Amino acid sequence: MATVTTARREGILRRPTATTGFWSWFTTIDHKKIGILYGATALVFFIVGGLEALLIRSQLAQPNGTLLNADQYNQIFTMHGVTMVFLFVMPMSAAFFNYFIPLMIGARDVAFPRLNAYSYWVFLLGGMFIYTSFFLGGAPNCGWFCYAPNSIFDPTVGPTFYALGLIITGIASTAGAINLAVTVINMRAPGMSLFRVPVFVWMGLVVQLLLAFSLPIITVALFELLFDREFGTHFFDPTAGGDPVLWQHLFWLFGHPEVYILILPAFGIITEILPVFSRKPLFGYQFVVFSGIAIGFIGFGVWAHHMFAVGLGPIANTAFGISTAIIAIPTGVKIFNWMATLYGGDLRFTSAMLFAIGTVTMFVIGGLSGVTHAIVPSDYQQTDTYYIVAHFHYVIFGGAVFGLFGGMYYWWPKVFGRLLSELLGKLHFWLMLIGFNLTFGPMHILGLQGMIRRTYTYPESLGLTFWNEVSTVGAFLIALSILVFLVNVVVTHAKGRPKAIDVADPWDARTLEWMTTSPPPIHNFDEIPTVHALDEFWHRKYVEDERTGRLVPAQAGAANGHEEDAHGGGHGIHLPSPSYWPLVASLGMPLLAYGVLYSWWLVGLGFVVALVGFYGWALEPSVAPEDG
Amino acid sequence: MADVAIERGGGHGAEHPETTTGLSHTKLAMWIFLASECMLFGALITTYVLYRGRSIEPPYPADIFDIPYTSVSSFVLLASSLTMVLALSAAQQRDEGRMRLWLLTTALLGMTFVGGQVYEFTAFYHEGLKLSTNLFGTTFYVLTGFHGVHVTVGVLMLLSLVGMSSARRLPDDPSFPIEMVGLYWHFVDIVWIVIFTVVYLIPTPSPGGPGGP
Amino acid sequence: MALEERVEPVAAPPSAGAHGAGHPSPKEYVRIGVVLFVLTALEITASYTHVSGSVLIPTLFVLAIVKFALVVLWFMHLKFDDRRFARFFVMGLAGASILYLIVLITFKVFL
Repeated sequence: MATVTTARREGILRRPTATTGFWSWFTTIDHKKIGILYGATALVFFIVGGLEALLIRSQLAQPNGTLLNADQYNQIFTMHGVTMVFLFVMPMSAAFFNYFIPLMIGARDVAFPRLNAYSYWVFLLGGMFIYTSFFLGGAPNCGWFCYAPNSIFDPTVGPTFYALGLIITGIASTAGAINLAVTVINMRAPGMSLFRVPVFVWMGLVVQLLLAFSLPIITVALFELLFDREFGTHFFDPTAGGDPVLWQHLFWLFGHPEVYILILPAFGIITEILPVFSRKPLFGYQFVVFSGIAIGFIGFGVWAHHMFAVGLGPIANTAFGISTAIIAIPTGVKIFNWMATLYGGDLRFTSAMLFAIGTVTMFVIGGLSGVTHAIVPSDYQQTDTYYIVAHFHYVIFGGAVFGLFGGMYYWWPKVFGRLLSELLGKLHFWLMLIGFNLTFGPMHILGLQGMIRRTYTYPESLGLTFWNEVSTVGAFLIALSILVFLVNVVVTHAKGRPKAIDVADPWDARTLEWMTTSPPPIHNFDEIPTVHALDEFWHRKYVEDERTGRLVPAQAGAANGHEEDAHGGGHGIHLPSPSYWPLVASLGMPLLAYGVLYSWWLVGLGFVVALVGFYGWALEPSVAPEDG
Repeated sequence: MADVAIERGGGHGAEHPETTTGLSHTKLAMWIFLASECMLFGALITTYVLYRGRSIEPPYPADIFDIPYTSVSSFVLLASSLTMVLALSAAQQRDEGRMRLWLLTTALLGMTFVGGQVYEFTAFYHEGLKLSTNLFGTTFYVLTGFHGVHVTVGVLMLLSLVGMSSARRLPDDPSFPIEMVGLYWHFVDIVWIVIFTVVYLIPTPSPGGPGGP
Repeated sequence: MALEERVEPVAAPPSAGAHGAGHPSPKEYVRIGVVLFVLTALEITASYTHVSGSVLIPTLFVLAIVKFALVVLWFMHLKFDDRRFARFFVMGLAGASILYLIVLITFKVFL
């Protein structure tokens, strides 16, 4: 067992050393703890966003609903979207990327551990900041896409919170993106070429680059919105010659890559799950990787399909209609490869596997409706109706959220050293699948029958009542399924801990994270493995018998390392110490934001706090490594 | 083989940890960051270009721009890129005294540039161009303001390097942090090359008459 | 995208500190600086002439691009550094140029 030291030095304000205990969570720079922080925070926001959804569905269950008035409804549906996209799916994906990318590539942490912590704290503070709007004059009420010119003329404070809050979370994500991209490119174990890296890691790399290149665009848009509202500029002000369509272009230039940012992590997760529970390697690894890259690339070329009804003209509409149709191709490639992976496999229908299969099937449905939107005249009928709401919930919820839950069931034992109950997991899955389809399936019908989006109620005479009632029932079923999941978590952690040997590799999996203990030690691996192939761990466990060609367990010693795996074995492993500076630096953000709303003194204070934080960070007592 | 020892704190790892590609983490991160900044400034420049000549009310660029004045500013910023690269050269030769001199000069040139912009903005303001006056005011101040903030951050980093060098907080071979700050600084300069051309030099027709200086 | 050329355990020496042949000397940097000055002076002069926009604007763009390239390739050392840095930067630069050009075309600013 390697000796691990976290370095420190005596000083007036000592750099912390504790890596366990309550306060260690505030100073941690360990990617695993940060991953757990992201995941727990994202789950809390998921529940909040879910409650908002229940409010929406309760209001819409009947015509002329009176639960929410129009103004309240606008805030609730806006915050539902903002929360689910920015405060749940993205950070939950970040949780998985943070926890598992280093493990899957055989690294001990990410490239910039303190920057990693900074990203988390800025995200948390940004999310909290947006939510304080409910108490400070009104939450954002402009829709998650906050179109101009409505957004600039709205008299409430909501859209300003929207702009500031998303600028803050955008900074968090940009820093995280650069961090993880460098990690994947630069910190792989010896022998792990890019084409021996798990698909989850590849999707991670594509997502980080998408983030890095798309976030700046919306950041500019948000500043322009903020300035229009607070400083009298005219970026989107038609009375001064400004063009509200500029907002749409800038928003969707980000917004479309954003939806691939939402789905690719889940695609990566299920690409890990499906082979494990089919006991077969992924079919067409290179095709799956290249199609992921293609999706990322083409994803930058389709944004105006969100603007078909704006009046861009036939040439623009045609061009974007074509590019949108083209992007269905690489997605189709992935789906065929997943199906081919399952085909002929020795299938085990664990909860994780069910969620993975659910992801594929539900996403296909959402993808099919998406293809209908790509046809411009057809989209004229569908746009701004519930048909679109159906589409994006099938791809985001049916695709991304199902995939994320699959990841939770799959990786829970690795993170927490305990297996979630399979019985409750399956109950969760089936309740969620049924509830989800009951909620969003009817919306296809409602949309084509003419129910418009973003409307707080509808009259009896439109005949929309029945399917709205069905949809609301479905929503409560989803809520029930989440309750089952939460019960599962509580019950699992209330029990005694399983034996270490039962949780290290409970699924008989293929990738490097399963080679270490559950949970992993702080330094991840006692010895960094040398990688000789894709699915390296699998090949250490099993070899093909020469006579029969069937898989047989490899020699006993092989799974524990080859001769050349003497990386760090006898040497002390030095890890960077925890630090409180990332947290301090992050506190500048909300101060700056509240300052813009209330007082320039606060802005000044925010700058000072951020600067102090950054200087403290840069000048932190350097480490005198202890010998060992 | 030693473990990947992740560097932290002030000294940006004079001995670079072994990386998969042989490239430094920080340098790779810096180039990806600069690539993302292209998207940022691209959006701001696009906004400016979109709204060029569409202001409903005066003042218009032709009324207000003082090209000779801004030209001097441009020369100043260009010169600062030269002094930056001379600072790096000095650092590579381990001549910290000369390095600090060139870094200070770069910072001073940067401050001159920003000071010049502040003076320019004040002058424009007094001639009737505010943020809220028209599209020109809106797009001009925000684009050049964002750039100016970037320059200011650069100046802070340069002065910090000078301070750290004086306090012997830089590694024996100080060239790496100088190089990193230099990359950021040169980027800020090339953004100005684009802005100067697009905003100042390319004439904007004023409504109702031919434009140009 | 081939992001690396080797697979063995030991990584090559880092490129940041290692400057081999092709590294400009201070004199060469000053020469480039002078060229940049001259180009800028040309730009400013051109903007004062009364040539039509269809001549002036391409001229100014060409001059700006040359200055841009000089700073990026020499001062930022991209000409001499590992290709992979350039690839990322070009991704951002080319991406921005193309995407924003399309936006402006959609607004009928061009074409």
